[in-house]
Amino acid sequence: MNATPIRLVSPLRGLVDVYLQEMKIAVAQQIQYRAANYMYMLGMVAEPVVYLVVWQTVAAQQGGSVAGITAGQFAAYYIVWTLVRNINIVFTPYGWEERIREGRLSAQLLRPLFPIVEDLGFFLGWKPVVMLLWLPIAFFLALIFHPVLNPSPLAVAVFAVSLLGAYLIRSLNQSSLGLITFWTTRVGPVFQLYIAAELLLSGRLVPMQLMPAWVQTLANFLPFQWTFGFPIEALVGNLSTAQLLGGLLAQLFWIVIGSILVRVVWRFAVRRYSAVSG
Amino acid sequence: MPEPAIHVADLRKTFTVPVREGGFLAAVRSFVRRQHREVHAVSGVSFEIAPGEVVGFLGPNGAGKTTTLKMLSGLLYPTSGEVRVLGHVPSRREAAYLRQITMVMGNRNQLQWDLPALDSYELLRAIYRLHPDDFRKTRDEFIELLDLGDLVRKPVRNLSLGERMKVETAAALLHRPQVLFLDEPTIGLDVTMQKRIRSFVAEYNRRCGATVLLTSHYMADVQALCKRVIVIHHGRILFDGELATLAADFSADKTIAVTLKEGAPERIDFAPYGEVLGSEDGKVSIRVGRGRAPDVAGRLLHDLPVADLTIEDPPIEDVIESVFAGASAEAPERTPEPAATR
Repeated sequence: MNATPIRLVSPLRGLVDVYLQEMKIAVAQQIQYRAANYMYMLGMVAEPVVYLVVWQTVAAQQGGSVAGITAGQFAAYYIVWTLVRNINIVFTPYGWEERIREGRLSAQLLRPLFPIVEDLGFFLGWKPVVMLLWLPIAFFLALIFHPVLNPSPLAVAVFAVSLLGAYLIRSLNQSSLGLITFWTTRVGPVFQLYIAAELLLSGRLVPMQLMPAWVQTLANFLPFQWTFGFPIEALVGNLSTAQLLGGLLAQLFWIVIGSILVRVVWRFAVRRYSAVSG
Repeated sequence: MPEPAIHVADLRKTFTVPVREGGFLAAVRSFVRRQHREVHAVSGVSFEIAPGEVVGFLGPNGAGKTTTLKMLSGLLYPTSGEVRVLGHVPSRREAAYLRQITMVMGNRNQLQWDLPALDSYELLRAIYRLHPDDFRKTRDEFIELLDLGDLVRKPVRNLSLGERMKVETAAALLHRPQVLFLDEPTIGLDVTMQKRIRSFVAEYNRRCGATVLLTSHYMADVQALCKRVIVIHHGRILFDGELATLAADFSADKTIAVTLKEGAPERIDFAPYGEVLGSEDGKVSIRVGRGRAPDVAGRLLHDLPVADLTIEDPPIEDVIESVFAGASAEAPERTPEPAATR
């Protein structure tokens, strides 16, 4: 140790390294609390199972399908839903609220790295573990509900990429919402509004094709369906090549919009940080 | 003259905080018409610190020390005034600036709670883009200097407060910053651990030539590390100079300690010499006016069978206390009327 400046690696290598280290830490933490995490995942399965049972019952009463969706396709939709939902777990506005209110953001602000990059890396690190834990759940659900799906190789590839897109869109949206805390201290009510909109306009509650036409039109102008409906439909919905690739482009569009939004809001928000207890 | 590492001119920070009386009616009233008042946490502070200097930043709770440090580190935007650290404007929070500073907050934890500190160190290496070889060298030196041993391999949650502060301090300096803002770095630690952290900071300063601005309520920290102190109270600087001259400037008294030879009379009245502070093991402490100290010492040596006599400044804690007490007596009323309603 002396006054000689420490050598730096290139920015790109540094960024890749940050993601790798964040992922490593996330995996280590996931493994440390594996039982708690598994219970959390199991709890999360309750939501789609309720939807699935309801729609399979309705389908059975209507002669086997609802708006062209069979009981087997409903099963496929909601089983894939469980994976998409888990991939879609991101740092929430509540996390931002706690981080800002308790001054824990201070340590991150002192580092030469945009805090959202750390969050993205950390939560991305969960995903391989989540996928592993999901497999037995999916197998169990498939045994009970008999899903029907015949995806093409292209559909599988688009599904894989769209999971990352969905994760990024949802992360950026929720980070933007979280930054509101800099002005309001509490962000819960705004977040609840976001979740309500997401439930109706994303395909999370029901497949979008069961929604009224005006809701489907409205959803086309909003980011929500690209975080739930599109990835699921890509695998189970028999989408055309144009629909598959167009969906990825739409995701890219919303990622760009989200990135700009986060950057702009951050620039103003951070000026309001008073680090009360930090 | 070298460019100062830290330049602060007329720095101010004013917080607007909501106020309301207690009780239900006041709660309803505040729903309709919220009242705010301005709190001037820092009111026109100016100073410069040279590269490599270690300066103590002293003041009672709420004096504006931490707010100033946060503005210097880029955590807070100043309301007005000028700040430059290593030529950078901290509030711009440029990566090149953040890479050259650190801020250690004694009660804060930046390490992953569930994982060994080594994992957090690796993350910091990536965040600061440190070259792996340089990082390993620095890390291993810190482990040795702070006697961290196996502590870095245990989950942080299993460490004691003192152990955690040691691994935290190492984490904060892994990128070898040129400016250290240390906010109560030894708070809550036992004497041995305080000493260890102090000697580490001193060694880091010596080896890297880093500039250090330190706040601490433990005067031992300040006396061990800082030649210069800046005393702040009510957001204003009361004193900026050598620690050694602080007592001369602010204490009107000296303490004379006298030990008499064996066989000296047991009952001697020291009151004519000055205010008797106490007597312990044959050693009597007398407070006298600073200007009268040589004269009183001469009289004691002439009148009594003295075995030992020392003239000392009062303890630095007492001096600081008298600085604050004097400032409080002179300070204007600091509870302004509500400045704005919205």
